[in-house]
Amino acid sequence: MLPDAAGHASPHGDRAHHPALAHHFDNLAQQSEAATLGMWVFLVTEVLFFGGLFVTYAVYRRLYPAAFAAGSHELDVTLGSINTIVLITSSLTMALGVHAAQMGERKLLMAFLAVTLILGAAFLGIKSVEYYHKFVEHHVPGPAFQFEKEHIRHAQIFFSLYFIMTGVHALHMVIGLGIMLVMFWLAWRGAITPEYYSPIEVSGLYWHFVDIVWIFLFPLLYLLGRHG
Amino acid sequence: MWTGTPLFPESASTMAGRVDALYFFLLAVSIFFSLLIAGLIVFYAIKFHRGDPNAVGGVIHGGMVLEVTWTVVPFLITMVIFVWGASVFFAMSRPPDETLNIYVVGKQWMWKFQHLDGQREINELHVPVGRPVKLIMTSEDVIHDVFVPAFRVKADVVPGRYTHLWFQPNRPGHYQLFCAEYCGTRHSGMIGQVVVMEPSEYQTWLSGGAPEGSLASAGAKLFQDLACNTCHRPDAQGRGPVLEGLFGNTVQLQNGETITVDEAYVRESILQPAAKVMAGFQPIMPTFQGLVTEEQLLELIEYVKSLRGLPQVRGPQRGSRVAVEVQTR
Amino acid sequence: MPPRHYLNNGYGISSWLLTRDHKRIALLYLASITLFFFVGGAFAVLIRLELATPAGDLVSDETYNKLFTLHGVMMVFFFLIPSIPATLGNFLVPIMIGAKDLAFPKLNLASWYIYVLGGVFTLYALVAGGVDTGWTFYTPFSTVSSTTNVIPTALGVFITGFSSILTGLNFIVTTHRMRAPGMTWFRMPLFMWSMYATSLIMVLGTPVIAITILLVAVERLFHFGFFDPRLGGDPVLFQHLFWFYSHPAVYIMVLPSMGVVSELVAAFCRKQVFGYSFVAFASLGIAVLGFLVWGHHMFVAGQSVYAALVFSILSFLVAIPSAIKVFNWTATMYRGSISWQTPMLYAIGFIGLFTIGGLTGLFLAAVGLDVHVTDTYFIIAHFHYIMVGGTLMGYLGGLHYWWPKISGRLYPEFLAKLSAGIIFLGFNLTFFPQFLLGYLGMPRRYHAYPPEFQVLNVLSSAGASILGVGYLLPMLYLMWSLRYGRISGANPWGAVGLEWTIASPPPTENFSETPIVTWDAYDYRKPVAGHVA
Repeated sequence: MLPDAAGHASPHGDRAHHPALAHHFDNLAQQSEAATLGMWVFLVTEVLFFGGLFVTYAVYRRLYPAAFAAGSHELDVTLGSINTIVLITSSLTMALGVHAAQMGERKLLMAFLAVTLILGAAFLGIKSVEYYHKFVEHHVPGPAFQFEKEHIRHAQIFFSLYFIMTGVHALHMVIGLGIMLVMFWLAWRGAITPEYYSPIEVSGLYWHFVDIVWIFLFPLLYLLGRHG
Repeated sequence: MWTGTPLFPESASTMAGRVDALYFFLLAVSIFFSLLIAGLIVFYAIKFHRGDPNAVGGVIHGGMVLEVTWTVVPFLITMVIFVWGASVFFAMSRPPDETLNIYVVGKQWMWKFQHLDGQREINELHVPVGRPVKLIMTSEDVIHDVFVPAFRVKADVVPGRYTHLWFQPNRPGHYQLFCAEYCGTRHSGMIGQVVVMEPSEYQTWLSGGAPEGSLASAGAKLFQDLACNTCHRPDAQGRGPVLEGLFGNTVQLQNGETITVDEAYVRESILQPAAKVMAGFQPIMPTFQGLVTEEQLLELIEYVKSLRGLPQVRGPQRGSRVAVEVQTR
Repeated sequence: MPPRHYLNNGYGISSWLLTRDHKRIALLYLASITLFFFVGGAFAVLIRLELATPAGDLVSDETYNKLFTLHGVMMVFFFLIPSIPATLGNFLVPIMIGAKDLAFPKLNLASWYIYVLGGVFTLYALVAGGVDTGWTFYTPFSTVSSTTNVIPTALGVFITGFSSILTGLNFIVTTHRMRAPGMTWFRMPLFMWSMYATSLIMVLGTPVIAITILLVAVERLFHFGFFDPRLGGDPVLFQHLFWFYSHPAVYIMVLPSMGVVSELVAAFCRKQVFGYSFVAFASLGIAVLGFLVWGHHMFVAGQSVYAALVFSILSFLVAIPSAIKVFNWTATMYRGSISWQTPMLYAIGFIGLFTIGGLTGLFLAAVGLDVHVTDTYFIIAHFHYIMVGGTLMGYLGGLHYWWPKISGRLYPEFLAKLSAGIIFLGFNLTFFPQFLLGYLGMPRRYHAYPPEFQVLNVLSSAGASILGVGYLLPMLYLMWSLRYGRISGANPWGAVGLEWTIASPPPTENFSETPIVTWDAYDYRKPVAGHVA
């Protein structure tokens, strides 16, 4: 255990303990449970955070259904579907990574983390292509916005919501990629063992959450008005 | 300095007494409970003052009877207050059927009042005593609020929609009007007064006249100038719905919903015509967003309202026309 | 004083700025929130000075609008919301449950840095010319019309919100996972229940204002149109989103203070709090019901009549648990062994002033009456009675009660009692006349007002000057006591609680051995010796 900032050695006595056990916890089990509970609480705050956006979306969709359908029609369902599959697959590889960590399979863990990372990056790449298309088609809200006259005012709201919701989601993906990198480094360093894989588990929770947000975003944004 | 310091507002409307009665009841309840708690605390603090520095208090954990009592009693009292407050609020929210309607447009930082027969006032509103008055209000920019303390009325004035409040003055006089929703730099300067006059004086004031003519007649002219009459024809040959006899009815929309033709619907149909199209008609009406001011919207609305009593001509009509419930207001 | 304790366990600025000790972090917060309190307070002084005369003659209307905006922003987001949780909460939560620290000490330190960063943005907005939207940022004024530094202020509030979220998260996990053996939920001090309920609100409510503020900033920057009717948006939607957080936020402010009062009443009556489980559940009830009443800020905003009635009845219901607490505290005093020391004066002050403030809440929940008094000084008086007469009094009471534990020293008792009295007097003189002004019809956020309102305004301003003195005094003598105060010893009050079983100031690790708890929270059956005159 590293000494604290003031240079005092920690008062261990003779008790040897796991190098990852933090001082204020009694044992690794308590520490892992605390970390997991902490991540769940954090994810609840994220539900509320995105929830505000979903409420705003619901209000305006109810007010302007035709404009929303028209706007949704302009989004690329193919790319969106590919992205959905990419993200779901990345959740699978993440879950497999957690399992590998539990089993102490270090190389397998690193492989799954790497694939998750690549899939996540692919998601963001496809998203950028979509954003670029929107820019070229003048669907970015603002003075350059163009749309069929009938719906132009309210379609602008649709696209504003599209950019904010997918943008905030993408930001969470970027943070997730950063977390994956850190996890990869921990795994490479050999810090993850069957006794201590809590960071992988907790990162997995976060990653699954970001995936689930997309599962809601995709139909609400891309699949409006496409019955049958 | 002490003269001219009122501690209680004037009462000048039929609602004021009801609001004040509720206020005094709440005051009584508050004084009772404040004195009760304060009295008990002071009494206990003295009676049970710590004598011996090592003394501890009695061992008492709680008492179910007390807990239930001081839960149920406040609950009952609050429910009484709720019902009373709700009843006053219902009365405030439901104007009588026959009201003198006046349009209000708020903008930073002034009030524009439009009487139906064309009188325009700035920051001052003349009304007759003893008649219910309904203010139909909108804002040109940010949210404002019309507040007349002597009448005990208040309502936000919101851009993009109409809000309303009503009052019946029961005492002639001059009463302060404030903007009560912060709206920027000169919010505290956005004040005015309501001048309540005896009916005969009000008539005299009214006949001082408005050179521009009534709102409805200005609206009729605008209706022609903007070529609305090319599609909205009284003989049902036009591509738009007949407006005669329409205001106040319940109509069915293209999507199957039914709505009432009120000020908000007329306004929306002018600014966003594709939003709520009547069943049997195509969404081909162009938008007039940016082409009409708030005042012109009010004129057009008053014009459409003035067509209310006219009979509808039912002739051959293109497209299917779903039967319309006639429910004149 | 013990030879080694958390204050001298390491010297130098990095031992403070890089600390993971929850007690040191509490003091970091204490310093920063005190700074914001005095900045926000300075604005209040200027406001009351201006309002002593009816004409707007001290400052321009633009300046006045910035003064009340920044007063509100600083006091709400940078003082009241963090105050008790980040200072007393951070310091006491681990100790009260027998733990060595919070569950996530590094996250705790990060939350302080996030708070400071948010504060920096807001201070930047202040020096760059201020912001004039009101702390409520109503649209479309804030997104379209205001020409001031809305975005830096919005960013500052956005960032600081995460500090609140992380603190709440830390407390929740700590309460669930770090209680010492035998410390069951119902053996915890009531302060812990309040902290837990507060944390639930912090965690569930704050994200909503975060996203709302983000939408305001985006709309202002990119003209997206969520709240601008010219672009198809609904300005009232902002109000729903804003108040969904900002109403529960007032319970974030008052619940911790109620928790403090429970502790003070128990300690200074040396008695179990009457109806412990009722008080505990009342805290949770307030937290839950608090999320259901936001529309009562919008009774005149144009909601439907039925929505208004639903919010009205729920607003009455949320008053009930608060009333239950007041009755239980009063009943605790019956047959107590009551001492009149300063913390108890603050506790009693809280109970009295919170009762008045809460009762005026009933006036506001009654929709027909609210129509007349909303957006007037009645509202201002109402929330200041609760925030200042309530929360701030509880905060000062707690600060004085736990000061010996935090610093190892006693504050000067006579001066402290005097200050409490000055504050009580000054407070009532400042805010009681405002109830009358509100019913008379004086709107809020008015820079100039009709002359017949002057007398009441002068009374209020006079009270404010007294109140200002009352707040300065504790600042001064508490700092003085750090050096010259009498050494307190572990338990100067003769109180019961885990924090009083360890040294004053405590060692960094709090407990040399994890305590095993076999007693109830306020078990005063054995007489406890006190050491204070």
